[in-house]
Amino acid sequence: MNEILVLAEHRNGELTDITFEMLGKAGELAGAGGATVAALLLGAGVGEMAQKLTGYADEVLTVDHGNLTSFNSAVYQPIVAEVVKSRGPSMVLIGNTAFGVDLAPSLAVELDAPLASDVVGIVVDGDTFSVTRQIYEGKIDARVSFREAPTVLATVRAAAFPVEPGTKSGSVTEFAATVPEEPAMRRFVEYVEAAVGDVDISASEVIVAVGRGIKEEENMALVEELAELLGGVVGCSRPIVDAGWLPKDRQVGSSGKTVKPKLYVAVGISGQFQHLSGMKAAETIVAINKDPKAPIFSAADYGIVGDLFKIVPALKDKIAEVRA
Amino acid sequence: MNIVVCVKQVPETAEAELKIAAGGKSIVEEGLPLQINEPDNYALEEALLITEDHDGDVTVLTLGHESSEEVLRMSMAKGAATAIRVADPVFDGGDGIATARALAAALEGVEYDLVLTGCMASDDGNTQVGVALAEVLGIPHATYVTQVEVGDGEVTVGRELEGGLIEKLKISLPCVLGIQTGINEPRYASIMGIAKASKREISQLASGDMGLSADAVGEAGSGTVLEELTFPPAGEGAELLEGTPPEASGKLAEILKEKGFV
Repeated sequence: MNEILVLAEHRNGELTDITFEMLGKAGELAGAGGATVAALLLGAGVGEMAQKLTGYADEVLTVDHGNLTSFNSAVYQPIVAEVVKSRGPSMVLIGNTAFGVDLAPSLAVELDAPLASDVVGIVVDGDTFSVTRQIYEGKIDARVSFREAPTVLATVRAAAFPVEPGTKSGSVTEFAATVPEEPAMRRFVEYVEAAVGDVDISASEVIVAVGRGIKEEENMALVEELAELLGGVVGCSRPIVDAGWLPKDRQVGSSGKTVKPKLYVAVGISGQFQHLSGMKAAETIVAINKDPKAPIFSAADYGIVGDLFKIVPALKDKIAEVRA
Repeated sequence: MNIVVCVKQVPETAEAELKIAAGGKSIVEEGLPLQINEPDNYALEEALLITEDHDGDVTVLTLGHESSEEVLRMSMAKGAATAIRVADPVFDGGDGIATARALAAALEGVEYDLVLTGCMASDDGNTQVGVALAEVLGIPHATYVTQVEVGDGEVTVGRELEGGLIEKLKISLPCVLGIQTGINEPRYASIMGIAKASKREISQLASGDMGLSADAVGEAGSGTVLEELTFPPAGEGAELLEGTPPEASGKLAEILKEKGFV
């Protein structure tokens, strides 16, 4: 096995968790195959971050340039391709993030390398990697292998692997890459923060969250009443915002809010990982869903399998009873 | 402004309990309604909205079995002018990159200023096709797009990043955009539109028409190979409260009381 190369990800000058999660997994895989781990860090003024990475990688490759201030896949791609061609890693790991999914598929085409997206497990047998991906909205695991290739690519789901303490003492190498100007065909304009609404759900101790299972807008009253009864606020998963039934600031999940309430009641939410990543730190999680295999039940402390239109009204009655 | 929208037919699984089919490489699709992949539906709507404001036609393109013509017809019923189906079993089992190569070949000879795809497929969970397609076509891209504004020879787009942060970019045309759900409110087809679309022709393309050899596409031309489907390990999971709705709810109410929530 040759080295495993991890593309470091950062925002606002801070390395993100996914970077350390990938490096931990890469260390385990490389260790099994007698190989090393390299972290590739692109940005402007990356010295401090590079030092931090030396605890987690045998070698930290940096490309430090003013053109790399903001992430632009059109600028990043030729540099990453150049590094891969020069180093010949057996595997390249990229975060399955908004950053990574905008880069990895086009990079794979450029390198003519196999790509597995959104992986949650990686194993190696000799020189051969295989990965686990979740399909059908997290309901099925798919084991996927790669055709023989010098380098294979995988994008890694956030929080799929734990962050291990950094025990390495790697070196930092400046990689002499050709850094292109930002191309006219794709130019960064600005970042715009999400709009702030009247209710901050992340400040609430009780959240009743509603998902696709609620079916119609007129049924939303059911969860609003339950939230009121429990002294909480109503949150939701993405489909409810997409349908326009609640504003974006009520969305819990990776592209919405991350919440840690004392009580989280998920009603009609199947629990795709994007949602789970925003609420799994809640103290007590209750799930009501009709599919017993819905991933939400793996994250929940208590669950009721069944029809929410029967269970939520019954639950409101029972809460009133035990309170009396 | 002519726009191509790449669409895919998928089984509706969000609310269903799935079964793995014999052989372990697919799910049992029987009994699951087939529909347009949800992000693709938003991509189609965005294309229709743009062509209403800026003239031009919408072409819908799919790679799939005969049943997926239903998705093309429904798209024409909503306003797409033409439809193309890549209709050849050699494309079966292709991964995201192989599918992108096939779609790029199908676009040979099609005039377009913009290509829209959904940013993700709900069946295989991949987020590859649009971004890979742009690379094969040699044009720029952006994915996870939740805002599109058409300018002169370029589009200004908003990409949704983690935490809801929006990244604004200017991208020159032609380009490929991976559209995220929620960008618009997809319309429903009218009864009259559906009736008219049922009589429309759908162009069929086989691998030979596209200058692709059979070993470069489908499963043979894919860098990744599906080995086996399993159910995710159950993990510790929830304590399930059994009984009729009132019984199970009663148990939950007691637990909530014990924990001081009621």
